[in-house]
Amino acid sequence: MIEHYLSLSVLLFCLGVLGVISRRNVFVVFMSIELMLNAANLGFVAVARLHQSMDGHVLALMVMAVAAAEAALALAVVILLHKHKGNLDTNIFSLLKG
Amino acid sequence: MEGNLSSLGFIPLLPLAGALVLGLMHLATCRGRLISERIYALVGCIGPILSFLLAVNVFFALQALPAQSRFLSHQAFTWFSVGELTISMGFLADPLSVLMLLFVTLVGSLIHVYSIGYMAGDPAFGKFFSYLNLFLGSMLILVLGDGPLVMFVGWEGVGLCSYLLISYYSEDRGNVVAGNKAFIVNRIGDFGFVLGMSFLFWGIGAEGFDYLSLKANAHLLAPTLGITVCLLLFVGATGKSAQIPLYVWLPDAMAGPTPVSALIHAATMVTAGVYMVARFSFLYAQVEVAGLVVAWIGIMTALLGAIFGMFQNDIKKILAYSTVSQLGYMFAGVGVAAYSAGIFHVFTHAFFKALLFLGAGSVILALHHRQDIWQMGGLKNKLPITYWTMLIGALALAGCPPFSGFFSKDEILYSALAGGHTGIWAIGVLVAGMTAYYTFRLIFVVFHGQPRDREVYDHAHESPKVMTLPLIVLAVGALFAGFLNLPAIFGGHQQVSHWLAPSLTEVHPHGSMATEVLAIGGSVLAFVVGISIAYRRFAGGAEQPVFTGFRKFAYHKFYVDELYDTVLVRPYRFVGQAVQRVIEPYVTDGPVRAAAWLYRMAGLAFKVIQVGYVRVYAIYMVIGLSVMSLVLSQSLNF
Repeated sequence: MIEHYLSLSVLLFCLGVLGVISRRNVFVVFMSIELMLNAANLGFVAVARLHQSMDGHVLALMVMAVAAAEAALALAVVILLHKHKGNLDTNIFSLLKG
Repeated sequence: MEGNLSSLGFIPLLPLAGALVLGLMHLATCRGRLISERIYALVGCIGPILSFLLAVNVFFALQALPAQSRFLSHQAFTWFSVGELTISMGFLADPLSVLMLLFVTLVGSLIHVYSIGYMAGDPAFGKFFSYLNLFLGSMLILVLGDGPLVMFVGWEGVGLCSYLLISYYSEDRGNVVAGNKAFIVNRIGDFGFVLGMSFLFWGIGAEGFDYLSLKANAHLLAPTLGITVCLLLFVGATGKSAQIPLYVWLPDAMAGPTPVSALIHAATMVTAGVYMVARFSFLYAQVEVAGLVVAWIGIMTALLGAIFGMFQNDIKKILAYSTVSQLGYMFAGVGVAAYSAGIFHVFTHAFFKALLFLGAGSVILALHHRQDIWQMGGLKNKLPITYWTMLIGALALAGCPPFSGFFSKDEILYSALAGGHTGIWAIGVLVAGMTAYYTFRLIFVVFHGQPRDREVYDHAHESPKVMTLPLIVLAVGALFAGFLNLPAIFGGHQQVSHWLAPSLTEVHPHGSMATEVLAIGGSVLAFVVGISIAYRRFAGGAEQPVFTGFRKFAYHKFYVDELYDTVLVRPYRFVGQAVQRVIEPYVTDGPVRAAAWLYRMAGLAFKVIQVGYVRVYAIYMVIGLSVMSLVLSQSLNF
């Protein structure tokens, strides 16, 4: 049974990675990151259930808390980005180009 | 045997604190002058005067002790401690250092007071007093230090202040060059001093590196090492005290303000070398050869300075060469092991030479910064106080009995004669005659005869009281200081020599009555001949002569500056340029540049992957993490 949970988790994670890599809208990128976090959570919970241990649950709760904090921060950044350029296309923000 | 006196530390500390306060005040207000000169002057003078009072106090404290145990010391703090060697910032007051202390603080204080008048209206009034205080503090460290290392701190400090004050009017390039010259030439001498100190430490320093320990261990020093140490230390002295071959900086040092010339380049700093030799008298007394070298270099410098002094036209240059010449006398004195005579000449010289320089400053100020004696003349009536005080100074310098210079100079010449150094004595007498000649050439041309420049003469006026008062005090010193060391033939007891005896290792030569009379007769005769030639040539108002032949050669100082320039400076500069053009770009800079080029190329190569899109960086991260996970899973054998 555990394989299915883990497969789903990996699938979700890969979708998140794909989203981060391929999408240009900052919001979508952000949502993809959330997706990756939840994929990881799913893995944690599944393995915790398998081993009958609370560690995975604790970690999953921790990830949720971090994700919430990150969401607050990231949304503030998104607002600033929009104020700065009036657009949320990630390709506009390329100051690090060598 | 030794007493402790904590007030010793305050003597150098007070002027140093003054320098700090004045410097901060000047820095805080250098844009827009908010502090009046009166406050600067008050702060500037208070440190030296308090130091002088403390010095007097120390003198009486020493006098209360029995003659052979007149040593007071104070260990302020441990300077550094390496292995078994511990050097503390210690101060030692013994008869020698207290004598130096007294006249350094007295003359220093007087010159500070004089400077209030001389520097009035200067835009950097506070800076000047700050430097002057710093100088005095360094000089007091030099004099009071209880070992060669502490002395060296002061030694370098006075060198620095000399540099700062020579280039004080730094808008003029020539002054800056003169300051650099003084500093660099002094560094050459200091190198010798450091080497000498190192050898001394290597020889006998392990048991303690202060004068008292060194003196106790001096007999352990191997003879060859002793000669090396003495000569190397003397190299330091030739730099600081302007002896052959390093005397060239002193005449150029006259670029600084006149009080500086009086304080640093006549009365105090330049005598540091003589003080140092007297300080190490326990070493020099052991190796006669080193003493002879010192004496001969000294007397040749005296001769050379006198020759140059006879043909100068700048009032300060004449005095500068006379300083070189008198310093030569002092070295001749300490060289023939008449340490107390040499130090006594330092003492009297401080009074009359400071007096002459300050008088010259008064003349220069009265004539609105004109220094050529051939533009002066007949100033006797316009500047009466300056004239009479300078006359006293000139008589003292020329060695007229009973002025102070006569006794001290005679003491040196007598010691040379009694010690069997007839050659040194003969040159010394010759130089005494030349000294009388050029000193009175100056007095007659400047103060007697008719004014050569009527307009300048009409605008001349006597200096303010704040400047004439120090002149009068110094004139009293120049007049009477000689009586402190009256030899037995005049019914005196040589108090200064007896006072100095515990600090010095010297044997007083016992010449016959005839020797003494010969020495005195020679000095007086030289004085009379010198002054009468000067009187015949210049008293009636001579015109500026055109120098030809030997005189021109002497006027150009034997072209020694040019010689040094050709033989030393230019080749050195050539080598420097060669290094700059060949070795630096291709040998030392090559690898450095190559490394820089390599990094730049690497940067250019890796720049390609820095595209700036956040998505691409995410790809990099994914790839990196994947690789890391793969490697990790492989190595953990899952």
